[in-house]
Amino acid sequence: MSTEHISNNESFESLEVQAYQREVRRNLLLSTPALIVLFCAASGPLLIMLVFSFLTAGDYGGIKWQFSTEAWFQVAFYRDIFDETVSIANAHVSIFWRSIKLSFLTTLVAFVLGFPTAYFIATRPPETRSLWLFLVTIPFWTNLLIRTFAILEIIRNQGLVNTVLITLGVIDQPLDMLYTDIAILLGMTYVYIPLMILPIYASMERLDFRLVEAAYDLYATRWRVLARVILPLVKPGVVAGSILVFIPSLGAYVTPRILGGGKHLMIGNLIELQFGQGRNWPLGAALSLTLLVIVMGALMVYVRSAQKEGSGHGH
Amino acid sequence: MSITVAVDVRSVSKIFGAGTGQEVTALDDVSVSIAQNEFFTLLGPSGCGKTTLLRLIAGFEHATHGSILLEGAEISALPPFQRPVNTVFQNYALFPHMSVSQNIGFGLEMQGRTKDEVADTVGAMLSLVKMENLKDRQIDQISGGQQQRVALARALAPRPKVLLLDEPLSALDLKLRKEMQVELKRLQHETGITFIFVTHDQEEALTMSDRVAVMNEGRILQVGAPHEIYNRPNDRFVADFIGDTNFISAEIIERDGNEIRMRLPSGIEIMIPAPPDLPQSGEITLAIRPEQARIASDGDAASIQGSLTDEIYIGTDTQYYIDIGTTSPFVVRVQNANGETQRIPTGTSVGISVDAKTIQILRD
Repeated sequence: MSTEHISNNESFESLEVQAYQREVRRNLLLSTPALIVLFCAASGPLLIMLVFSFLTAGDYGGIKWQFSTEAWFQVAFYRDIFDETVSIANAHVSIFWRSIKLSFLTTLVAFVLGFPTAYFIATRPPETRSLWLFLVTIPFWTNLLIRTFAILEIIRNQGLVNTVLITLGVIDQPLDMLYTDIAILLGMTYVYIPLMILPIYASMERLDFRLVEAAYDLYATRWRVLARVILPLVKPGVVAGSILVFIPSLGAYVTPRILGGGKHLMIGNLIELQFGQGRNWPLGAALSLTLLVIVMGALMVYVRSAQKEGSGHGH
Repeated sequence: MSITVAVDVRSVSKIFGAGTGQEVTALDDVSVSIAQNEFFTLLGPSGCGKTTLLRLIAGFEHATHGSILLEGAEISALPPFQRPVNTVFQNYALFPHMSVSQNIGFGLEMQGRTKDEVADTVGAMLSLVKMENLKDRQIDQISGGQQQRVALARALAPRPKVLLLDEPLSALDLKLRKEMQVELKRLQHETGITFIFVTHDQEEALTMSDRVAVMNEGRILQVGAPHEIYNRPNDRFVADFIGDTNFISAEIIERDGNEIRMRLPSGIEIMIPAPPDLPQSGEITLAIRPEQARIASDGDAASIQGSLTDEIYIGTDTQYYIDIGTTSPFVVRVQNANGETQRIPTGTSVGISVDAKTIQILRD
């Protein structure tokens, strides 16, 4: 009797295992096409970049199949063409610094503006929420280039803002807004803010607003409710939004090109320059990989700190 | 009257969606005084306005008209965090990102108490609700009953003047609910804090409360001690909502001193004591509790006659359904005192005898 039971259990178990394995296989099969595309599209170009970065620049662009670490050297250092003295590549350092600074500020401004927006949408009645979300996504319907030129029209010296301010007599000289870091910041914030709003909204929508009432009831002022209850609970959305804004900002190309007027380069423009006028493909490749390393480094630091915090929770 | 008033609700109305053309009146000119250290229950069906009244006292909603006083001071304009009133929410609303202790200490921390004070009070609260050994657990690691206790401790920790409880037991299973009813009574007794409890469960209201306010459609119909509400309902809704009641319409024939003679639909005339302000003629409704009626034995002078249609055994009692010519059958509940039920074949014509003193006259 008992042996029969055991054998029954065993056969059930193996059936269960088989069913599970079948499901895993089927899911793997279903995701294969996407995985192939992702693998080829991500690793192929990366591999090419890696190889190129260790070759010599061709005379008129392109590459010569000759091993060299010169490109990697040039990422950080500058060798004088006449006397061969080596110094830090100040131009590169300042461009990387500007990129990181502007991306960080873009993320910050997008958060400061996006968080209340997400809160606003999440606290609307369910039937009007989709309308607000729809409005947030409308800018995506227009080409990025066109939208960026529109901003240019608005902030240039004879543009909308200056014309209105001068007409009203607030200022008598046009404000120089175009071709500044501020212009780039404005443009990038505008472009990437939906990527901040949407993940925060997704977290906020799941937030149980009775918790907000409970905190409010327990003597927490509005700011403390925000800091102690809302922010900790929507943190996953804030983090996702920040990553989604910070990373593309770091590699932004169109916005700094148009609104920075070629004077305020960011990493994306510097890389483009190497493949274009600079005719230094290996350096372009090495710069691209450097950007990749910076992004991955930043993400790893974040994951580490998140894990540490998670284990500190006593789980 | 040495009893001081804890909460005084004065002609409060709450209209949702005012000015939108879709006004919903949640509270309609409600006035009630709740004494200090009282276990006061707002009882009514869902949508009767009881939760709205609670939320007005907590400060989550603001009254359209009227005022709310806490120990004599107007609080209508204060936000929730400035009112010395705490709430136990229906689904507890515990902070999922904090431990049991952190949840209980939250209110104290927000009040700006020192670390030591917070730790001391949290410790006292943990022992009050018997949760000492789970103090470091996360909220998702404890059971529903335990969450209930944490929610209570969290709301009691800042020593509010009034504790509001919004159907806190509705998510618990029956056995746990019974335990918590006793527990809540104990907590109220030990802390000496005024409890305002909202429920739709009449049994819960009757067992726990010092006084009950029965609400329906945004109005308070009757306020009184549980036995008053049960034995002397002044309204058909109250009589119907609390316990089971047989309603019989009757026609007043004449007044005879303190008593009134009336005719039942069956044609039988009965005499019952009646309040002096009752009209001299017209239709009225009589309410009779099933357990206050008896199946008449041969010797009794039966007031009402009918034929037995159904007999239902419900453990402690047996219910007899008797057709007396009205739309719904008359119910008589008899306690199964010696474990034996009085077996009566259906279709038998029986008499129902009722002590005239237990009959309630309802004016509707």
